[in-house]
Amino acid sequence: MTTTTEKTANVPEQSGEKNAPLLEVRDLHVEFHTRDGVAKAVNGVNYSVSAGETLAVLGESGSGKSVTAQAIMGILDMPPGRIPKGEILFRGQDMLKMSADERRKIRGAKIAMIFQDALSSLNPVLSVGYQLGEMFRVHQGMSKKDAKAKAIELMDRVRIPAAKERVNDYPHQFSGGMRQRIMIAMALALEPDLIIADEPTTALDVTVQAQVMDLLAELQREFNMGLILITHDLGVVADVADKIAVMYAGRIVETAPVHELYKRPAHPYTRGLLDSIPRLDQKGQELFAIKGLPPNLLNIPAGCAFSPRCPKVQDICRTEVPALHDVAEQDGTAMPGRRSACHFWKETIHG
Amino acid sequence: MGRFVARRLLQMIPVFIGTTLLIFLMVYSLPGDPVKALFGSKAADPATVARLRHEYGLDKPLLQQYWDYITGLFQGDFGQSFTGRPVADLMAEAFPVTIRLALFAFAIEVVFGIGLGVLTGLRRGKFLDQAVLIFTLIVVSIPVFVLGNMAQFLIGVKWKLVTPTVQDSTDLSQLILPAVVLALLSLAYVTRLTRTTVAENLRADYIRTAVAKGLPRRRVVGVHLMRNSLIPVVTFLGTDLGMLMGGAIITEGIFNVPGVGNTLYHAVITSEGPTVVGVVTVLVLVYLVSSLVVDLLYAVLDPRIRYA
Repeated sequence: MTTTTEKTANVPEQSGEKNAPLLEVRDLHVEFHTRDGVAKAVNGVNYSVSAGETLAVLGESGSGKSVTAQAIMGILDMPPGRIPKGEILFRGQDMLKMSADERRKIRGAKIAMIFQDALSSLNPVLSVGYQLGEMFRVHQGMSKKDAKAKAIELMDRVRIPAAKERVNDYPHQFSGGMRQRIMIAMALALEPDLIIADEPTTALDVTVQAQVMDLLAELQREFNMGLILITHDLGVVADVADKIAVMYAGRIVETAPVHELYKRPAHPYTRGLLDSIPRLDQKGQELFAIKGLPPNLLNIPAGCAFSPRCPKVQDICRTEVPALHDVAEQDGTAMPGRRSACHFWKETIHG
Repeated sequence: MGRFVARRLLQMIPVFIGTTLLIFLMVYSLPGDPVKALFGSKAADPATVARLRHEYGLDKPLLQQYWDYITGLFQGDFGQSFTGRPVADLMAEAFPVTIRLALFAFAIEVVFGIGLGVLTGLRRGKFLDQAVLIFTLIVVSIPVFVLGNMAQFLIGVKWKLVTPTVQDSTDLSQLILPAVVLALLSLAYVTRLTRTTVAENLRADYIRTAVAKGLPRRRVVGVHLMRNSLIPVVTFLGTDLGMLMGGAIITEGIFNVPGVGNTLYHAVITSEGPTVVGVVTVLVLVYLVSSLVVDLLYAVLDPRIRYA
């Protein structure tokens, strides 16, 4: 396998610094030019993923989490989309400055993506074997026959029963969970360095969700891949993620190692999200919900974008955009990896 | 699949009998006596009329005539026209001409219709797209006899680029103009249909997946987009080919192409009952077969549709 992947390796081998993250997003801005005006979907996102690490990106619909992922993959619709500012460094190289062909060779081979709805994301008129084999045929110039053998191997690997018999079946002949496994197999085909999973379990029922997440986590460990897990399901995150970035209105409002976030959120929005999880011990009580609606991206509120919905809003929140502060313990010791974009993070976390 | 084909073939029998019976009844219940018409303005000799009537079986009851006709048909006998020639001979002359013209027009339609449709579908809102849209709108809204006569006058008569009418139907260069005129309307439909499905499928999730897989653009478009977009187009083309095979009365009339349309037209004008029924019977068969082929093609192209 290692010999074959080298063919597509258009990216320089891991440069100098050993600890350099696999992928680093720096001050990324994405906007969409629509008839009604400019929708600012992503407004200065920073995050990084290293090999073997899982970053969960959490947020409501429209918070910009999927758009960020699409910008990384280079599959944004441009126009109407535009990236006015920012860098996306993959192994230290800015992908936004690469030629279209260089980026294409990274897609699928080095960075792969798993989509939410496997039924619509797989081509309905091509057999799954063809669609899996295509990865090898296009990126490695493999013959049709070898590619099919590889496809069967992949289907076995993601534990699809009777892979050999089912390789010529079409997507609609598989169940939802099996289809998502095929999506995963397709993403894994060329053993990429990074996988972006955009709500991989949202379309599945709960029992299958756990199976698919386990499979994904297991394969990630096996191949030591970086994983960006985009989700709005806090339950999914807790099990597999190493660190979390919470997004709101196109900005990261809080980052934290996974368990610390659950224990002590440092942003009122995160607290709201956590409080929204229905709990068995509060049966009979009214469910908690964050008041109000996510902001209109055409017209993001001045100051902190969350201020109109924030229970702890002060005057400063409506005028000044909070920076992403480093969060520290009460006695001043640093908490590595923890940051919060709230003027009152101290009060929120300690108080 | 086999059972589906068998069932469809069986279904064809009542359809075939029903349509031919209808045509037969309608043609022969038309007012006017075709035998007397043979005499033109001369006074008809009653004895000769009676003999001819008997010869053509016109003295029998209508249903008996139909039965005789159908049984003859299964022996390959299409009957005789009132001019004395076997109808089968007439059709053997007309059909090759129409088939040539139809295939020519069909080729134009497929190549330019799909080509323009894909180009405009991929570049929606651009100049080419707007231009083609206006062009198809014009073509769709101008009646074919206006289009045909204009083309004949401008290109054939005024600029003398081609012969205004077809002298020799085996000469493809003479068939260009009628083929283009015949193809234009369907071409406009194919263009618009292709454009719409291409533009729609371009936004489909599986196209996004194909791009995310790192496939080159020509593969994304050529394999993933086209396979899906062509399904409705192919079904349209299938029915359209059947229609073209049926001959084009107006176009063949304008350019004097001795094809099925022209033959049928003259047969209707001169109340040549046997010819009309014969031609229409064959056309019914052509339609039945082409719609069966379209249904089968649909299943081949789209695996989600399988006939049991």
